[in-house]
Amino acid sequence: MLNISNLEVVYNEVILVLRGLSIEVPDGQIVALLGSNGAGKTTTSRAITGLLDNHEGKPTKGTVTWQGNDITHAKPSEIVKSGIAQVMEGRRCFGELTVDENLATGAFTNKSGQKKQYDLVMDLFPRLAERRKQLAGYMSGGEQQMLAIGRALMAEPKLLIMDEPSLGLAPLLVQQVRDVIKEINAAGMSVLLIEQNAMMALSIADYGYILENGKVVMDGDGQKLLADDDVKEFYLGLHQGDEEDSGRKSFKDVKHYKRRKKWAS
Amino acid sequence: MEIFIQTLAKAIALGSIYAIMGLSFVLIFKGTQVLNFAAGAISMAGALFMSILIADRGFPFLPFTNPLAPADGETAGVALWIVHLMIALILAAILGLILERVAIRPMVGQPLFSMAVITLGLEIAIRPFNLDATAITGRSVGVPWGTESWELAGAIIPKSYVAAIIAAAIAFTGVYFFYRSRFGVAMRAVAFDQEAAMAQGINVGRVFAIAWGLGAALAALGAIFFAMAPWPPAGTVSLEIHPIWIFRVLPVIILGGLDSVAGAVAGGLLIAIFEIFAGQYLSQWTNILGPGYSTIVPYIVMLVVLLVRPYGLFGTEEIRRV
Repeated sequence: MLNISNLEVVYNEVILVLRGLSIEVPDGQIVALLGSNGAGKTTTSRAITGLLDNHEGKPTKGTVTWQGNDITHAKPSEIVKSGIAQVMEGRRCFGELTVDENLATGAFTNKSGQKKQYDLVMDLFPRLAERRKQLAGYMSGGEQQMLAIGRALMAEPKLLIMDEPSLGLAPLLVQQVRDVIKEINAAGMSVLLIEQNAMMALSIADYGYILENGKVVMDGDGQKLLADDDVKEFYLGLHQGDEEDSGRKSFKDVKHYKRRKKWAS
Repeated sequence: MEIFIQTLAKAIALGSIYAIMGLSFVLIFKGTQVLNFAAGAISMAGALFMSILIADRGFPFLPFTNPLAPADGETAGVALWIVHLMIALILAAILGLILERVAIRPMVGQPLFSMAVITLGLEIAIRPFNLDATAITGRSVGVPWGTESWELAGAIIPKSYVAAIIAAAIAFTGVYFFYRSRFGVAMRAVAFDQEAAMAQGINVGRVFAIAWGLGAALAALGAIFFAMAPWPPAGTVSLEIHPIWIFRVLPVIILGGLDSVAGAVAGGLLIAIFEIFAGQYLSQWTNILGPGYSTIVPYIVMLVVLLVRPYGLFGTEEIRRV
């Protein structure tokens, strides 16, 4: 179980991005972390995986614990070894390496299980099996996303953090990514799904958190959040009211105090 | 005809040495994205280690002598010489590791330009040690075959040439397979995207260390073979190879492409062919520069390459889907 409690992250010593974030990812569950741009989603994933250093960020308060161990200040390689892998935002495949070599980098900490995981990834993504020797940089966005997921799986993680896996993908591919996440989860892996595509994320999530300005403003079961009026309005682009004028609504009319009040209660 | 064969042999041998030096640059550049301007001083130090081990029979400030070294006035056999070579390369690798740890590691994540300037500083800092040791007396690297040579169709081919070619072939094969190994793939991943590599659990610091260790050993290998007869006519580690050494390799890696193993070898051979043949034949036609052509031609080639193919013959163009 991953437990983040009261985490504060500061960039460049001054910019406070996470202001006391607390979330929990129980074993074997899919947990969605939603939020608009700049809410602190990616910072959360960096804080868990120890990559804050690269961005001049620092956790100043709070802890990240993974299976009872404090990993707030652990090195990225130790964190991967302890069973947390991630699919980074924007895929970040090694373009100059072949598909096979990309997968090999994923297994860097998992030399003994490399063969087993490789077969598993090839089963999961038959498309990659066709392109083993191809340079990753020349593959399509969807294939690169599969490669990025496959690469993360090579480490044989117990928890997979996925940062915007649907970013820039066609709707059909988003469906495919969704199915893959479900399949991975069914095999017993917990998933922390960081998304802007709230509909996709909540439809498969056991639990969801909504992040705003570095804080959790709302949380609950995936289905419950999906049914929530405010979530519908602000994240799914659906809204009720003004039905008389064909469902169009100007953002000018969005009453901010309304969601304030509701989330505060 | 004899002259041609002799010139060609010389060009290929020099090209082999350039290729080894080029491989050293490529390894470090590929692993850390830093152009290692300290390569000249490191390679010189490597050649010095070799000389100290085999000619002085031990380091002056250490209480014990080298038990393996040949007795006074004798030269080592080939096998013994290779053992010494290995020890010298390991010492050079350790020097590389120390430099990486002290000067480069703290700079991880800083602008590449700062790192390049730091390597330049290292070059200048290590230089005096080398100069003190070599400027006073030329130092021998104790080559078993000395100045012996073979004769081929009337042309005289020194054994040192052949040795350099063999060394380059071994170095190339080694680096080629290293790149396909677990650490080699990790190194290329780090070069492409450091953060993404860290996210895979690759220890970037260790990759940097390996790149510098291997790079320093290769640089030393290049200098040791360059210190054999008949490059400096006496077959010694001497002052002359050192100060401009790094700049002689610059055209090689720019022609071959900074990040390509095959490019380092091709670039080394091509530049050496240009250099040696220009020195041999161009000076016979015009007398403006005399033998000076051999110094200039590589840089002219470098300028042309930079204009026409800035990424070199084999360097990777950036891969980007549009």
